[in-house]
Amino acid sequence: MTDKTTTKPAESPSEEAALFPPVDVIEDANGITLYADLPGVPKDRLHVHVEAESLTIEGEVQLSTPTGMDSTHAEVGLPRYRRQFTLSKELDTEKVVAEFDKGVLKLSIPKAAHAQPKKIQIRVD
Amino acid sequence: MRYRAIFPRDLFAELNRLQRAMQQSDDISPNIRGSSHGAYPAMNVGSTPTSVEVYAFAPGLDPAGIDVQLEKGTLTLAGERKVEYAGTPEQASIHIDERFAGRFRRVVSLPDDIDADGVQARYRDGVLHISIPRRAAAQPRRITIQ
Repeated sequence: MTDKTTTKPAESPSEEAALFPPVDVIEDANGITLYADLPGVPKDRLHVHVEAESLTIEGEVQLSTPTGMDSTHAEVGLPRYRRQFTLSKELDTEKVVAEFDKGVLKLSIPKAAHAQPKKIQIRVD
Repeated sequence: MRYRAIFPRDLFAELNRLQRAMQQSDDISPNIRGSSHGAYPAMNVGSTPTSVEVYAFAPGLDPAGIDVQLEKGTLTLAGERKVEYAGTPEQASIHIDERFAGRFRRVVSLPDDIDADGVQARYRDGVLHISIPRRAAAQPRRITIQ
């Protein structure tokens, strides 16, 4: 966390060590819903990128710590979360909807219209 | 019980799981209450000369539903976390299921010099921050030499 004062060239953010947030992924006929736990990340520090078929979730933890605090026990040992997923072709990445509330990110990724399941009627002659 | 794919979709999740399994099997005589590693909510504790700061990483909770108690120098956090998709239709499939759901309870023992009357608790961005002041008498004082 104290690294920020050093003058070394800014690394690409994806190179820095980060925690792996737990997720739930549910799929139904309309698409995929992803929930990720990102506690401590304010809304403006959360980044969700979709590039080609790759989805990246990244967030920076910001806690209000009093000055001069010594950490005595830490289970969340890094101030950053990152996780990447590979999407599939039938998902419509243009229509991703993201909601973020109380440290929980909800991403809804719909399936493209042509990929929605169609019920096939069976005719009995 | 859920079936695990033969070819994991997510290699890192598998490695994470493997690492957890190894940590658990490493311990010859584990604590009867299990390892606190991976418990919900994860906690960070820090201290300053004037206070003890507890951070509980508890995303997705209704702050009114969190029970925070301070008794005889122990701080207890308890509550329940429900999954958002509890009512999903049967044709939905769950591909990854890693987030905690259910009742939780975590206990932290605090130093002797805390002042239980001045506790403050705040919930922001899914983190419960509890600040407990230390008694003034216990704070270090510089003694002037005459």
